[in-house]
Amino acid sequence: MTYTPQLRELMKKVEESRASRVGVNYPRMTPEERRDVLQKFHPDYIVDGFREIAVGVDKGARMPVEMADVFEAKSRVSGTELDLTADPDYDVDVLIIGGGGAGASAALDAHKAGANVMIATKLRFGDANTMMAQGGIQAADKENDTPAIHYLDVLGGGRFENLPELARALVMDAPLVIKWLEDMGTMFDKKGDGTMITIHGGGTSRKRMHAARDYTGAEIMRTLRDEVLNQGIKVVEFSAAAELLLDSEGRAAGAVLLNLETEQYEIARAKTVIIATGGSGRLHYRGFPTSNHYGATADGLILGYRAGAKTIYADSIQYHPTGGAYPPQLLGLLVTEKTRGLGATPLNIKGEQFVYHLETRDVASSAIIRECEERNLGVPLPTGITAVWLDSPLIELTHGEGTVERQLPAMLRQFQRFGVDIRKEPMLIYPTLHYQNGGLLIDADARSTVENLYVAGEAAGGIHGTNRLMGNSLLDIIVFGRRAGRDAAAKSKDMAVPAGLNLEHAEAYNKALEESGAGNGRVSPILLPHYTHR
Amino acid sequence: MSEEIKMVDIYIMGKKYTVPETLTIMDAMEYAGYQLKRGCGCRAGFCGACATVYRMAGDYELKVGLACQTKVEDGMYLAQIPFFPGRKAAFNLEEIKPSTAHFTQLYPEVYRCLGCSSCTKVCPQDIDVMQYIAYIQRGDFEKAADISFDCLMCGLCVSRCPANIVHYNAALTARRLYSRYIAKPDAFLAERTRKIEEGELDAEIDALVTADQDKLQELYNNREIEK
Repeated sequence: MTYTPQLRELMKKVEESRASRVGVNYPRMTPEERRDVLQKFHPDYIVDGFREIAVGVDKGARMPVEMADVFEAKSRVSGTELDLTADPDYDVDVLIIGGGGAGASAALDAHKAGANVMIATKLRFGDANTMMAQGGIQAADKENDTPAIHYLDVLGGGRFENLPELARALVMDAPLVIKWLEDMGTMFDKKGDGTMITIHGGGTSRKRMHAARDYTGAEIMRTLRDEVLNQGIKVVEFSAAAELLLDSEGRAAGAVLLNLETEQYEIARAKTVIIATGGSGRLHYRGFPTSNHYGATADGLILGYRAGAKTIYADSIQYHPTGGAYPPQLLGLLVTEKTRGLGATPLNIKGEQFVYHLETRDVASSAIIRECEERNLGVPLPTGITAVWLDSPLIELTHGEGTVERQLPAMLRQFQRFGVDIRKEPMLIYPTLHYQNGGLLIDADARSTVENLYVAGEAAGGIHGTNRLMGNSLLDIIVFGRRAGRDAAAKSKDMAVPAGLNLEHAEAYNKALEESGAGNGRVSPILLPHYTHR
Repeated sequence: MSEEIKMVDIYIMGKKYTVPETLTIMDAMEYAGYQLKRGCGCRAGFCGACATVYRMAGDYELKVGLACQTKVEDGMYLAQIPFFPGRKAAFNLEEIKPSTAHFTQLYPEVYRCLGCSSCTKVCPQDIDVMQYIAYIQRGDFEKAADISFDCLMCGLCVSRCPANIVHYNAALTARRLYSRYIAKPDAFLAERTRKIEEGELDAEIDALVTADQDKLQELYNNREIEK
């Protein structure tokens, strides 16, 4: 009884048209239609949401104002007494900042290569967007598919702006990653003979989405985490990186860690550093709610940038078309794309479909925004916002009773907790801030433009161009996590212990900021979002 | 908000706060002024960071929930259990098998289950925890893997177990054993990885990597889409 009587009345339109929609495919947009809806409605094209960064290696580059706010900010450690000449608290070959899927993958491969590895993570090990990825992971491992076909999907989805060598690495490593996870005992959805069950995602030309029910990321994360613990790799939780340390020659050489609970600083010295801190949804670009983890505050981006690492596509943000809109407790939460992969379709207030259900995320989001804002055909909610329906009851009409419980247990449970049975009642959705398409620039070995500094996972950019496809993020964190781990371990082998640890880059950045007049007293990384009642 | 919002009284670790009734426990704690460090993770019911125990005023029964997935109610007394010191047994997956003999060495306490069902009653995911422990006891790792799958490892089961079983770690081990040894490997996947490692698919991809933008767009716009 969560839907109000008014919403129940509106829901009748959806129920009336449902039978006529079963098995009918709404036409896909032409390339021209896609371009048009993006330019008019995608938030990336709204000029006043962006500004040019005033300082640093990419001075003049365009980024969302909320991101520019944390970039144009002073170092947290400024003015703090830190003895960088004393014996460090931690001394390792490979320091991994971030305990999500990219960090764990990097740790496993660096450890396997013989390096002394440590993971420092802001919250608990495994607290990351990886854990929340539901729908799946792509890999071309079927007879009718090849990495080349996957590559074309990645580029088309990414508006042909992907860095070719990164997209190549992504698709070529993909089957290897699935095999690696399978061997590690990850519980993928399979047929009795062992064949992986795969479906479509938005923008895929082959059914290559592998899943573990709708807990795919959680299943991958808990497996990786379990294996890191089995291997005895050092993990330091509730220790956020507050600043990178460089050596006397300007190479990455460790980090200043902040114990979130005791609020004491610790020094980690490392021959190589891997940034695996994830994304930035908790900066709430343009006021959007987000599907992101609590810790997604762009920490690694700003630390890398202050140290001189270049960015790419910092102005490209992904809004997931199906964020929860109602009941209010689910605002912004991800409704997995697997829901659409299984046949649920977006509908307007009249119960009519207005966009093909598996357009790429950027196009689908723009079409939903257009339906609500321009055409005024959204469903008005008691909370004051507007949304569209996602007709989830279509799933069982198409695939049979029990499909939702089997394939979407997390979604079913999540909506049930707040009084909606998605098998019988359609969901209410609106785009939610989901992913940072860009990030710090890397090469195919996950090396940033700063020596001995690597970046893997959502913090890295260029792989997905300016729009990522579903199922390519769980993939990229592992592909580039492993590549970073391997290369960092190899590099560390022949290196001496870094000397002359310093924070001069942060001081120089602060000075440049002061001279530019930007900054306005802000400090970053912010580490935690502020949701306390004001 | 277009409608008047009702306020309710909740008691965070015994201290009273008045909050809007539409909030989750997590949002309510923030509304009350807490800057969360522990006890907050994905905020979407996937990570198990926010296990919460509560009791309604006037009632004796202890209830549980995930703070991010439970609405506040008037008269709710609550406390979080953000961490529980459950033991994890380290193992080498290549050296163990899905057998009772191996499992006994890793988690002997599993076989001392008292059958009280406290774990099942407390699970915020409504998993029949005691049942999967029973499946593990009798060596049915497939069934244990299947019914334990939705576990978030929040630790509430462990907090109530009189036999000191660490259910979530035992279940994870069971799932890894099932997936590694009982579920069959994907035969074509093995073949595909071999071809990639031997460079057999390099030519096809390199032709695309070096292709110009117009060619790529043409290929993309005319690509065949599997039904």
